[in-house]
Amino acid sequence: MVTYIIRRLIGALAMLFIVSAVTFSIFFVVPRLAGVTADDIANRYVGRAATAETVVAVAEKLGLHDPVVVQYGRWVKGIFVGADYDYGSGVEFCPAPCFGYSFVTKQPVWPDLMDRLPVTLSLAAGASIIWLIVGVSVGVLSALRRGSIFDRGAMIIALAGVSLPPFFTGLVALSILSYGLGITAPGGAYVPLSEDPVQWAYSLILPWLTLAFLNAAAYARLTRAGMLDTMGEDYIRTARAKGLKERVVIGKHGLRAALTPIVTIFGLDVGILIGGAILTENAFSLQGLGKYATTAIAAQDLPKIMGFTMLAAFFIVVANLIVDLLYAVVDPRVRLS
Amino acid sequence: MKKKALVVSAAGAVLALALSACGGGGTETPAAEGGGTSAPAAAGAAGFNAGLENVTNPSDKKGGTLKMAVTEDWDSVDPGDTYYGMSWNLLRIYGRPLVTYNPAPGAKGRELVPDLAESLGQMSDEGKTWTYKLRAGLKFEDGSPITSKDVKYAVLRQLDKKTFVNGPTYFNDWLDLPKDFESVYTTPDVNTDSAIETPDDSTIVFHLNKPYAGFDNFAALPATVPVPQAKDTGIKYRDHVIASGPYKFETVEAGKTYTLVRNEQWDQATDPVRKALPDKYEISLGVEGNDLDNRIIAGDLHVDIAGSGVQPAALGTIQTTPELKERADNPVAARTWYISILGDVPPLDNIECRKAVILASDRVGLQNAYGGQLAGDIATSLMPPSIGGWKKLDLFPTASGDEAKAKEALTACGQPNGFETTMTFRADRPKEVAAAESMQQALAKVGIKLTLKGFPTSEYFTAYAGKPAYTKANGIGLATNGWGADWNDGFGFLSQIIDSRTIREAGNYNLSIKDPAVDALVDQAFAEQDTAARDAIWGQADQKVMEGAYVLPAVYAKGLLIRGKGVTNQFITGAFDMYDYLALGVQ
Repeated sequence: MVTYIIRRLIGALAMLFIVSAVTFSIFFVVPRLAGVTADDIANRYVGRAATAETVVAVAEKLGLHDPVVVQYGRWVKGIFVGADYDYGSGVEFCPAPCFGYSFVTKQPVWPDLMDRLPVTLSLAAGASIIWLIVGVSVGVLSALRRGSIFDRGAMIIALAGVSLPPFFTGLVALSILSYGLGITAPGGAYVPLSEDPVQWAYSLILPWLTLAFLNAAAYARLTRAGMLDTMGEDYIRTARAKGLKERVVIGKHGLRAALTPIVTIFGLDVGILIGGAILTENAFSLQGLGKYATTAIAAQDLPKIMGFTMLAAFFIVVANLIVDLLYAVVDPRVRLS
Repeated sequence: MKKKALVVSAAGAVLALALSACGGGGTETPAAEGGGTSAPAAAGAAGFNAGLENVTNPSDKKGGTLKMAVTEDWDSVDPGDTYYGMSWNLLRIYGRPLVTYNPAPGAKGRELVPDLAESLGQMSDEGKTWTYKLRAGLKFEDGSPITSKDVKYAVLRQLDKKTFVNGPTYFNDWLDLPKDFESVYTTPDVNTDSAIETPDDSTIVFHLNKPYAGFDNFAALPATVPVPQAKDTGIKYRDHVIASGPYKFETVEAGKTYTLVRNEQWDQATDPVRKALPDKYEISLGVEGNDLDNRIIAGDLHVDIAGSGVQPAALGTIQTTPELKERADNPVAARTWYISILGDVPPLDNIECRKAVILASDRVGLQNAYGGQLAGDIATSLMPPSIGGWKKLDLFPTASGDEAKAKEALTACGQPNGFETTMTFRADRPKEVAAAESMQQALAKVGIKLTLKGFPTSEYFTAYAGKPAYTKANGIGLATNGWGADWNDGFGFLSQIIDSRTIREAGNYNLSIKDPAVDALVDQAFAEQDTAARDAIWGQADQKVMEGAYVLPAVYAKGLLIRGKGVTNQFITGAFDMYDYLALGVQ
């Protein structure tokens, strides 16, 4: 078990290294291959009246004239040992992990990411609990009452949930429930959990439901399909023949087997979500990692894009690891070695 | 507005937005007819366009919190490092330049009035020297006195464009700076009296390297907002700007929120310009555009700081909902959307071929591409009507293209069957995509075949349309373009886009105007000391550009803005063509 975890951790680190190298190449090497010069890149980060001298000076300051390998090495070094940053009036040390400074806002990337992480974690936690409970419950009930009105109704709603994007459902929900009926918080009204747990939940209930609506639908359909497969297996019939209660047959034998793919996808979904629920955060003006990413991409703010990508990749890698460990718990046939 | 109506209209707007997003046609629905300017309401009264020439909901009531929002953060709250109109408008609540714009509706809002200074500048040396006297009793938020040295330091520090990359370069270009001066940070000991003198704590004297009679416009730039040298932290100063105006920053969370509270050290007796009515400002950044509009409609927010108009979804809702239209204003901005005609690429080096492009274009189609009547009036020249010296030109038709005349011009150009060229546009701007498609269709009727090439906005001027080496090598003949005034006079609008001497290796906004006669008029305008005569010269320059057929003007931009519920003293200032942010209050 320990060996397995250590091996996976090393693999995860290698994966993060590859992600960083590929991302860095996409933004720093590919443009050069297309003929974009360091000064062209610097031109994005100067005012509209900048002179050629200013552009060159800014490119120099951002280190864009250096070979890409040197720039990448400096970036990696900053993560492990920190880096100095020239504010104009003086130099300040950016402590490790230093993911650099935004080319646009001039703010250090790492504190910004950590500042926004609680918002995304809050969104992901609430929404994932709702969609897991609702999705799995509806899926199980639909499977057990296959062909019933409940089953058909639930699957139609599930289809709508999968089809409607959060920027649509989110804005409609805000328009009706917040600005029309006034029963939920308006967009951008996030209150940290540490400040006021009740207001925290109140401010997030609509984003949770919007995001959960999307994913619960998918989970309901997935659970239903898994349960239908499982409940037709011979060992279910055997369990019933042994005289086990139906609750035990469904819960211990049916659902447990059907849960394996659910656990897989849930782990990945949560990992991706913590990396930023871009559409939902934008629709509800939540200042989380997803919103941070869209702003960074729109401004082509390379250090912010790199920082966000690494953090998102980290959560996905960790989620993958946890999923693999949970396999052994959910399915006793799996042995970690 | 009743809640039910709001629910229906808001949901309808969202539905319209979603459907248009799903449509994927790449063009935006033109605004409905009938959105033209109506007669303004009486002073103090409400109604459509009431805010253009009147103070709506006038009140001197103090107190309350003014809630503002914007879809994205702007470049910086540091007055020395910002180049957004909304920022220049807003920063005056916490920073006081030497001179500012009169907080009054319409054209009166373009008048310059002294702010930190006792009076407008005293000119001498034929416009090369400008002297200002500061008012008595001025203080920073920490209680320390504001002196002329703080103004000088503020102007000098922002000259360091390696550190403060965003702001304009007018002072860099016009001050008579010593050659060995680089920056207040790297060459702090260099004597800069040749550029700015401070003979005493209340006097500041600017020395220019060439005469400029409109220097008060420079004195109104945010760069003259004083900065105490001891508190300057370079780029980090944006994290804590030291207030000289009636409000100071309470919290600064870049990209998220700013809150400002009263600056107790500000003295109303020293400030005849500001009313300082709200107790607090709450500014939310990164608010989703449609959500922002809905919140202003519902009363949850008061002002959209961007001031460029509502999103397309709300545009439709406001037009069809009388209660909302009553709260809307549709000002013409000091911004023109146009198409540059690049004479570097044959046969467009021939003026007749350039004229053929203009004559064949569908001007109504272009107006629709840019959003219809509510989004812009058909332009007849580069300079918009709110700029002094503007006159309506009648050099080219403004209807749906004149094929006969266009073919005559093509024949005169030696291309009777038309020609082929390439047109660039910003691919992430649906209006420019639509404009390019309109041009392609209209010009095809006279045999001019356009190949369309879209590029991302972020690299449009730096790597493609604004880079002469690229445009020449790739045969770019036409390029969508647009420009807004730094301030509303000919210099503030035209100087960066018609003077051929501003053209550099990359990052150009002047893509096509390289005419010695135009350059000569620019020089003439710089030297002219009489405002009316100067305005007239800028008007001549505008006409000369059109006579040379260097650009095809599309529309003078307009925006549909909505007044907030319970907001007092809301009106459009002619200085920024958006709501004035100095006079606002809450009921």
